[in-house]
Amino acid sequence: MDMNPVLPLAGLAVALALTSSAVSLFASREPRALRRFAMPLVGLAGLAALAAGLWALIADGSATATLPLGLPWQPWRVRVDALSGLFLMIIGLVTVAVGIYGRSYVRSYERGRDSLTALGGFTGLFLTGMLLVTLADDAFLFMVAWEVMSLSSYFLVAFQHEHAANRRAAFLYLLMAHVGGLTILLGFGVLAAFGHGFEFTAMRDAVLSPGWASVAFGLVFVGFGMKAGLMPLHAWLPEAHPVAPSYISALMSGVMLKMAVYGFIRVVFDLIGDIQWQWGVIALLVGSVSALMGVLFALMQTDLKRLLAYSSVENLGIIFIALGLSLVFLGTGHSLLGSLALLAALYHSINHALFKGLLFLGAGTILHGTHERDLEQMGGLLRRMPWTGAFFLIGCLSISALPPFNGFVSEWLIFQSALQAWQLDSGVLRSIIPIASAVLALTGALVAATFVKVYGIAFLGQARSRHVRHARQGAVGMRVGMGLLAGLCVLFGVLPTQVIALIEPVSVQLLGGGLPESGAQGWLWLTPISSDTASYSAPLTILLLALIAGVAFWWFARGVPRRIRRSDPWDCGFAPPSPRMQYTAASFAQPIRRVFGLLFEIDESRPEFDDPAPRYRLKLTDRAWGLFYIPVARAVESASRRVVRLQSGNVRVYLGWTLGTLLVLLWIIS
Amino acid sequence: MPDGLMLSAWLIALLQALLYVALAPLLIGWVRKVKARLQNRRGAPLLQPYADLRKLLIKETRVPHTASPLFRMAPYIVFVATWLAAATVPLVALDLPIARIADIIVLVGLLALARFFLALAGMDVGTAFGGMGASREMLISSLAEPAMLMAVFTLAMTAHSTSLESVMSHHLADGFVLRPSYLFALGALLLVALAECGRIPVDNPATHLELTMIHEAMLLEYSGRHLALMEWAAQVKLLLYGVLIANVFFPWGVGREFTPLALGLGLLAVLAKLALLGAALAIAEHVVAKMRLFRAPAFLNLALLLALLGLLSHVILEIGA
Repeated sequence: MDMNPVLPLAGLAVALALTSSAVSLFASREPRALRRFAMPLVGLAGLAALAAGLWALIADGSATATLPLGLPWQPWRVRVDALSGLFLMIIGLVTVAVGIYGRSYVRSYERGRDSLTALGGFTGLFLTGMLLVTLADDAFLFMVAWEVMSLSSYFLVAFQHEHAANRRAAFLYLLMAHVGGLTILLGFGVLAAFGHGFEFTAMRDAVLSPGWASVAFGLVFVGFGMKAGLMPLHAWLPEAHPVAPSYISALMSGVMLKMAVYGFIRVVFDLIGDIQWQWGVIALLVGSVSALMGVLFALMQTDLKRLLAYSSVENLGIIFIALGLSLVFLGTGHSLLGSLALLAALYHSINHALFKGLLFLGAGTILHGTHERDLEQMGGLLRRMPWTGAFFLIGCLSISALPPFNGFVSEWLIFQSALQAWQLDSGVLRSIIPIASAVLALTGALVAATFVKVYGIAFLGQARSRHVRHARQGAVGMRVGMGLLAGLCVLFGVLPTQVIALIEPVSVQLLGGGLPESGAQGWLWLTPISSDTASYSAPLTILLLALIAGVAFWWFARGVPRRIRRSDPWDCGFAPPSPRMQYTAASFAQPIRRVFGLLFEIDESRPEFDDPAPRYRLKLTDRAWGLFYIPVARAVESASRRVVRLQSGNVRVYLGWTLGTLLVLLWIIS
Repeated sequence: MPDGLMLSAWLIALLQALLYVALAPLLIGWVRKVKARLQNRRGAPLLQPYADLRKLLIKETRVPHTASPLFRMAPYIVFVATWLAAATVPLVALDLPIARIADIIVLVGLLALARFFLALAGMDVGTAFGGMGASREMLISSLAEPAMLMAVFTLAMTAHSTSLESVMSHHLADGFVLRPSYLFALGALLLVALAECGRIPVDNPATHLELTMIHEAMLLEYSGRHLALMEWAAQVKLLLYGVLIANVFFPWGVGREFTPLALGLGLLAVLAKLALLGAALAIAEHVVAKMRLFRAPAFLNLALLLALLGLLSHVILEIGA
């Protein structure tokens, strides 16, 4: 074990992140400290985390250590195994890109009024929190790390706090994070009561009755689901993620949401262990609703970063669909299919981190170059920022699950596992899973519509405003950061067999088996179950696409008049098109808004025919507010109003209450 | 598989892929001819689409000032992705190695890739019609694609495989069993094919300069060889759906070994099936009127419902029976 460098590497990552945080304290006096030291340290921390994660995945077994920190009777324990290795890798991949990108990005804050100390300090703490969440081997350290992560990201959301909307978003985020943290804590409480200890090893050995296991599952599902932004607990996410600086949004959407996935897998698959298929059905339903509603709301947004945040709700929904499938299969004794669905979920987690990180960095580059988040003002950016445009296109293709990019592979794997539903004995399950896969298919198609809209409106066509017409190209560091993630999106799409081999140890560790057949036909062929059941060759697909495109180009561009003449657009012979005649983001989404109109609260006003100054107004509200949040808020308010009656101001009454409470407690204990 | 056989299998796969691009204009010519006869017109010659493509290919290509490089790349990507998708659907023979590169889900994915770039190309120039076409195309496809996936999943669940080859072999080995799920899936796939190929009642392929156009609206700014590629891709797509319906639901006649006789018979069989399907399409387009755009979702929801019914009737009625 002394030879195993995983823990020292992970420790190095934490130390670098903390150093970055500490260095930022000097940023108020020397603004360049952030660019010169803090952000490179973040990148290096990412590199160390990546190395630790890869080592943990490739080398077998796990490494544990007890830290000289914590409480006297409860020292903090850390452990790196395949599962935490995978999530360390996710943190590492995105953080390296963010470190490179952020170096150029923070420059724009150097002359601003915002506190650079807060930005750099909390970025380092945020990263530390996420790293420790994956390392924790007892509930105590896990909860401390979880709160560090939540609190530091709260300060990052509230970074530009002079806007009231940002403060409101940050408060909502803080509130939801704490309700979520509380239910996770209660879930751990149930496990600790049966395991007689807060160490994960004790919880793993605990024998729970099915009822208490379900209670624990319900508690952690609510807690982690809230962090993951599952419907209907998602409302904070599209408010909070967009208002943070863009590379923080990339970390929050790309990585922090994955910590919820990590926590869910750790507790449900690893600690609770005895899986019941009913849990899978719940996860499947919640995941399906989140995926579909998430993408529909994303499609309706005109603010680019809000759109991306809603799309995170959708992607986390997809991950929970896969986790639900895995739970159903495991609960009914199909361990091979359980592994397949679990690996699909993990694959999609990596993919989402990569493409959502890329897209948020792209949105940040646009914001940086045009000071614009509103799609309705954009247009024609591909000509102003060709590199960003190219990388953003790769992100759009990946998130739309188009072959041969990475998003396609994970959705393909989810469909493959859903298609094995015929092996189940229960007719109800056999019918639920196809319906969930129909929802997934609908979601996939709507995602493509969403990102055609984003790319078509922002990067193609003509600029819709003056400042967008004069957009500035992003700095080199920003382009390198995005290029790194774009390259990884392609790599993880083209080499699925290798990726499966890399992440398979997680399934071996948790479920005792992987996918023995997945690479049996050689590295070219991905055959998750067997080569007769399904096979996909991403390398050959991209090779053939490139080959035929090359031949076609050579063939058609040869001989015939090669010179291409530029002319004005025809547009059916109407007046010369002006940028204002283009379809807007809202008009692009209008047909789908009309088809799915019942799901939204639409407040629309059209001008009259004879209106001298016609204006069109559209406001779309999440129904979750009216159906869920406002009733809950009202209930809490009326409950507190009743509790207030206790507060009479009379000491004797207070003493009476205290006495009564004591008596009740004594009665319970005895 | 021995190396010699493997080589000939790849050769046949290549020939089959070439056959797709070669036959695609013929199918569209046949549909137009039948339609013309139904309308008591003589109609253009059967080979007219070839002449059209040739004319477009040798004509000068114009590109609007406002277009980005994506506008010029898109026709190649659309054509190639559609073609690769088609090449994985068995046309004349089974057991071809190309089928292992891509299963049904990859096929749907490749078509989605083509559509993605088609819609982007429509939005690139920044005209009103382009955006309109792209928006409507994405509406239609976002409802049609799930129906398509559900329909093929019904087949895949029956055959326990998402490979089209296995689905067809399973169907052939099964003999003629009338499965309710297949009927539902067939119905769904027919509706999806009409919508995805831009046929009446969802879109009118004969229209140009009409406010209701979808596919044509995205191609308005294309000319010359770019337009030829886009048109050709649309024809390959129609052929692809035709073969998918003809060969997957009625696989009889497809070649099972690589002898000239079997392959020739396979080609004849598929040509006969396609001729029937093409005639049916022409008749259907003749008797049905085009719908308003906002009636199309109901049409596609019917497809989705049929496909889902097919899948449910399979998992509830047929498993274990």
